[in-house]
Amino acid sequence: MTPWLTILGVVPLVGALLISLLPTGRDLLTKQVALGTSLVVLVLTIVMCAQFDASSGDRFQFAQSYDWIRTFGVHYAVGVDGIALVLIALIAVLVPVVLLASWDDVESLSDGADAPAASRKSVKSFFALLLVLETMMIGVFAATDVFLFYVFFEAMLIPMYFLIGSYGGPKRSYAAVKFLLYSLFGGLLMLAAVIGLYVESAKVGTGTFSFEALTKLELSHATQGWLFLGFFIAFAIKAPLFPFHTWLPDAGAEAPTGNAILLVGILDKVGTFGFLRYCLPLFPWAAREFAPYVIALSVIGIIYGALLAMGQKDMKRLVSYTSVAHFGYIGLGCFAFTTQAGTGAVLYMVNHGLSTGALFMVIGFLINRGKSRLVGDYSGIAKAAPKLGALFFVSGLSALALPGLSTFVSEFLVLVGSFQRYPVATIIATVGIVLAALYILLTYQRTMQGPLSAVHATMKDLNVREVAALAPLIALMLFLGFYPKPVTDIVNPAVKVTMQDVGAHDPAPTDVATAAESK
Amino acid sequence: MPTDIQAPSIAYLPLLPMLLVFGAATLGVLVEGFVPAAHRRVTQVAVAVVGLAAALGQVIYLANENTSRLVVESAVVIDGPTLFLQGTLCVLGIGSILLLSETRLDASGGHVVSQAANLPGSREDLALAESTRVQTEVYPLAMFALGGMLLFPASNNLLLMFVALEVLSLPLYLMAGLARRRRLLSQEAALKYFLLGAFASAFFLYGVALLYGYAGSVDLGDIFTATSQTGKSDSLLFLGIAMLGVGLLFKVGAVPFQAWTPDVYQGSPTPVTALMAACTKVAAFGALMRVFYVAFGTAKWDWRPMMWAVAILTMVVGAVLAVTQTDVKRMLAYSSVAHTGFILVGVIALNRQGLSGTLFYLLTYGLTTLASFAIVSLVRDSSGEATHLAQWAGLGKRSPLVAGSFAFLLFALAGIPLTSGFMAKFAVFRAASQGGATALVVVGVIASAVTAFFYARVVVLMFFQEPSVDGPTVAVPSAYTAVTIALGIAFTAVLGVVPQPVLDLADKAGFFLR
Repeated sequence: MTPWLTILGVVPLVGALLISLLPTGRDLLTKQVALGTSLVVLVLTIVMCAQFDASSGDRFQFAQSYDWIRTFGVHYAVGVDGIALVLIALIAVLVPVVLLASWDDVESLSDGADAPAASRKSVKSFFALLLVLETMMIGVFAATDVFLFYVFFEAMLIPMYFLIGSYGGPKRSYAAVKFLLYSLFGGLLMLAAVIGLYVESAKVGTGTFSFEALTKLELSHATQGWLFLGFFIAFAIKAPLFPFHTWLPDAGAEAPTGNAILLVGILDKVGTFGFLRYCLPLFPWAAREFAPYVIALSVIGIIYGALLAMGQKDMKRLVSYTSVAHFGYIGLGCFAFTTQAGTGAVLYMVNHGLSTGALFMVIGFLINRGKSRLVGDYSGIAKAAPKLGALFFVSGLSALALPGLSTFVSEFLVLVGSFQRYPVATIIATVGIVLAALYILLTYQRTMQGPLSAVHATMKDLNVREVAALAPLIALMLFLGFYPKPVTDIVNPAVKVTMQDVGAHDPAPTDVATAAESK
Repeated sequence: MPTDIQAPSIAYLPLLPMLLVFGAATLGVLVEGFVPAAHRRVTQVAVAVVGLAAALGQVIYLANENTSRLVVESAVVIDGPTLFLQGTLCVLGIGSILLLSETRLDASGGHVVSQAANLPGSREDLALAESTRVQTEVYPLAMFALGGMLLFPASNNLLLMFVALEVLSLPLYLMAGLARRRRLLSQEAALKYFLLGAFASAFFLYGVALLYGYAGSVDLGDIFTATSQTGKSDSLLFLGIAMLGVGLLFKVGAVPFQAWTPDVYQGSPTPVTALMAACTKVAAFGALMRVFYVAFGTAKWDWRPMMWAVAILTMVVGAVLAVTQTDVKRMLAYSSVAHTGFILVGVIALNRQGLSGTLFYLLTYGLTTLASFAIVSLVRDSSGEATHLAQWAGLGKRSPLVAGSFAFLLFALAGIPLTSGFMAKFAVFRAASQGGATALVVVGVIASAVTAFFYARVVVLMFFQEPSVDGPTVAVPSAYTAVTIALGIAFTAVLGVVPQPVLDLADKAGFFLR
C-alpha cells in the first residue's frame, strides 16, 4: 500500500530543504523549485482524490499507523475522511496559487536596489517557510492520533510567526506576537485536555491517543465538559469565533498577502475542522449541552463581524472581519447537528478558502500598486485597471454568496440545515447576508467606481502571472457553484458518521445531495 | 586501651564514577603545582574531560550490570535513578568544562579573572581586564563541585548528603565571583550566593538534627521505617521535613527561595552560570526526590500540600517576573525558576511516570540550557558580553546562524512541539495528571503560555527589528564552545522527534532503592 499521506507531507519538506541548499541570490530558481514542489503536491492530491472511495465503510482511508513514542502510547497515525480530504485538496490548490501571487512580494518589501544588503529580506527563507508550512498544514488534517495532531497544531505556528513577523506590514511584530500567543495559549489549554483524555483512556486499558480508540471511551459528563472546553477554546481561538477573534484582524492585516490567504484560508479552518473532528465525536454529551451557547456566539460573530467590516478603512482588516462573520456561519453549521448544516459547513470551509483567498489576492494586487491599504486612498481604479476591477467584483460577489458562485451553495445549506433546529438564530444569521452585500458593494463602489484620481491614472492592470494566480480560484468557485456534487459526495458520508457520533438525528429526511443539486 | 574500630566494608567499583571525578579534581590541584604555566590550561582541560568521560563510561558499565545496591554501610545508594543522574551530570559536566575552556571570545583570553580577590574598581583590578594572565584553578574547583553533585543524589544518609551539599556548594560560591568583566557584579553575586547558601545549609542541617530526634537515625531507610510506626512526635517530623525542604528547594531555586538566582546567574561568568543552571539543578532535584520519595514516602499527605503550593508559586512567579527582565541572563534565570516549577510538577506526581519524566526533563533541560548560555557568551561588545536585551535587536540579520540557533533553543524552552522541551513538559504533565494533580497541570500550561511570551519577545528582537549601528558583534568561538552548542542543539532537536531511546533509559532507571 502506498503511504500517500506521508509522501504528500514529505514532498514540501524536501522542497524546503532543496531551497535552503540553493546558493543565496538564485531567487528565480528558488521560486521555481517552490512552485514545482507545490504542483507535485497538487498532482498527488488529485490522484488521491480519484482513489478515495466515498462509499467505503472505513472511517479513515489511506490510513497508516506506526509506533512513535511507546512510553506515551503515541502513534504516527495518519488517514483521511471526506472532510479532511477536501481540506487537504484546498491546501494543495491554495499553496501554488499563493506562491504565484507572492512571486515578487519579497523584493517589493525591500524595494529599491539602493537598499542595504543587511535590510534586504531573504527570498529563500520566505519560500522555504511557506513549504514547511504546507507540510504542517497537511499533517494537521491528516493526523488521526491526537498527540500527532497537537504536535502539528502547535508546530504550524512557528513558520507562520516568522512569515508574519519578517515579511509583514508596519505593525508586523506586534501582529506576529499576538497571533503566536493567542494560538499558543489556546493550544496549551488543549494540551491539558489531551493529557486528560490520555489519562481517561489509561483508566480502562493502556493509555492511547488514537482517535478511533478515544471515540469509544465512555466519559462521565463532568469530564466531558472540562475536556470539551479545553479543545473548544483552542479551536474557537483558531477559527476564530467571537469573542476570541481579536488577533485575526491584526494578523490578517499585517501578514503579507500570500500568508494572509493561507492564514484565513487554511490555518483558521483547523479550528472549525477541530469542532467536527474532535469536539463532536469525542465529547458528544458536552457538545450537545454547549451547542446552544456556541450557536449564540456564532450568530453574534456573524452580525458583529459584518458590522465591524463595514466600519473598516483598511481593506485587509475589512476582509479579516468578513472572515469573522463567515466563521460564524461555519460554527453555526457545525453545531446545528444536522447532516445538511454539517455538509454545508464543510463546503463553506472550502468555498471560504477560495473566495476569501481571491478577495485577499485582488486587494493585495491593488495594494502593491497603490502602496496603501486604505479604502479612502482609491477611487475609480476600474477605469485604469479594468481586469483588476472585474476580478475584484467577482471575488466580492463570491464573498457575499451570490447564487451561481460556490459560496451560495454552502451558505444556503448551512442556513437550511440550521433552521430546522434553531429557527430564531438562523433568521438573525440571514441578516448577515444583507450586511455582506453592503460591505462588499460599498467597498467596490468606493475603490473601483467614481472619478479616477490623477495619482492612479497610470496604474498598471493585472499581468499574466497575477491573472493566472486568480484564475483557478474563480474557475473553481464557478464550477462548484453550479455542480458541488463531487465535493458533497466526498463530504457527506463523513458528516453523517460525525452526526451519528453526536447522537443527533436529522429532523426532516432531506437528502443533502438532492438539496444541493436543486439550487 | 583503644578498642578495635571496625573498618567499614567498601565496594569500590560502584563508587568509581565519584572516585574518578574527585581523583581528577585532586590531580588538577597537583597540575597547578607541577605543570609549567604554558601547558597548564591544556593539561587541566584534558584531566577534567578525561576524568568525566571515564566516570561516564563507568556509569554506563554499572547501568548495564543493572543491580541496585547500598554501599559503604548503606550510606551511598547506587540504583537506577542515581546512575541516570550521574550519567546526566557527567555529560553536562563535560559541556560546562568545554565552555570554561573557551579562550577566543575575550580579547584577553578566557572567561575567568586571574585574581578574583582584588578590590573591584581598584587599579590592580582594572588592569586585570586587559591582562592576558590565565587562571586555571577554576578547573579543579569545577571538578570538586561536580564530584559533590555526583554524590548528592546518591546519598542514602542525611549527614553524607549534607557533606555532598557543601562539597558542591563551596566551589560554586567561589566560581560565581570569577567573572573577568563587571567584577563588582560578580563579587556581589558570589557574596549573595554564599550568604544565602550558608543560610540554606544551616536550615538543612537543622532539619537533619530534628529528623534524627524523630527517628533516631539519619539513614533515609530508617526514617522511612519510623514514619510508618505510630507513637512518634509528628511535630519533629514536620519541622524536619520543612527545614530539609528549605535547604533543598533553595538549591533547585524554587519560590520563595529563588531570590538569589537572577543576581547570581547574571554576575557569574557565563560558563559558570551554565554549570549552575544545568548541573546544580540536576543534582539538587535528584537529592530532593530521594529524600521525599524514600524517607517521606508514607508521609506524603503531610508534605504534598506544601509542595503543591511551592510548585504553583514557582511556576507563576518565575514566568511572570521573567516577563519584566531586560537582561538576557536574568531572563534565563527567571526562566530557570519557572522550569524548576515544571519539574516540581513531575516530582509531586509521586509515581513511576513522574520519576522517569522528571529524569528526562532534567537531562533535556540541562542540554538546552547549556547551549543557550553558550550562545549568550558569544554576543559581545567592547565591554564584554552584551547581555542587555536591547542590544540583541536585529541579531538575526547580522548572524542568522547564531540567532536562529538561539531562537530554536528558546522555542525548546517554551515547549513548542518537535523540540525536546515539549516532550519533557509532556512527560511531567502526563505523570502529574495520572497522579491526580490535574490542577497543577492547568497552572502549568497557563504558566507555559506566559513563558512563551518572553521567549517570543527575544525572537521578535532578533528577527523582526532592524539592527542598531553600534550593536554588539557575534564572536567566532573556538571548537570548545562550538561543539557544546552543536551538541546541545542536536540533542534538543533529536529528542524532540525520537525521544523513545532516552525515555526507555529513564524508565529503566526504575525506582529509588530503599
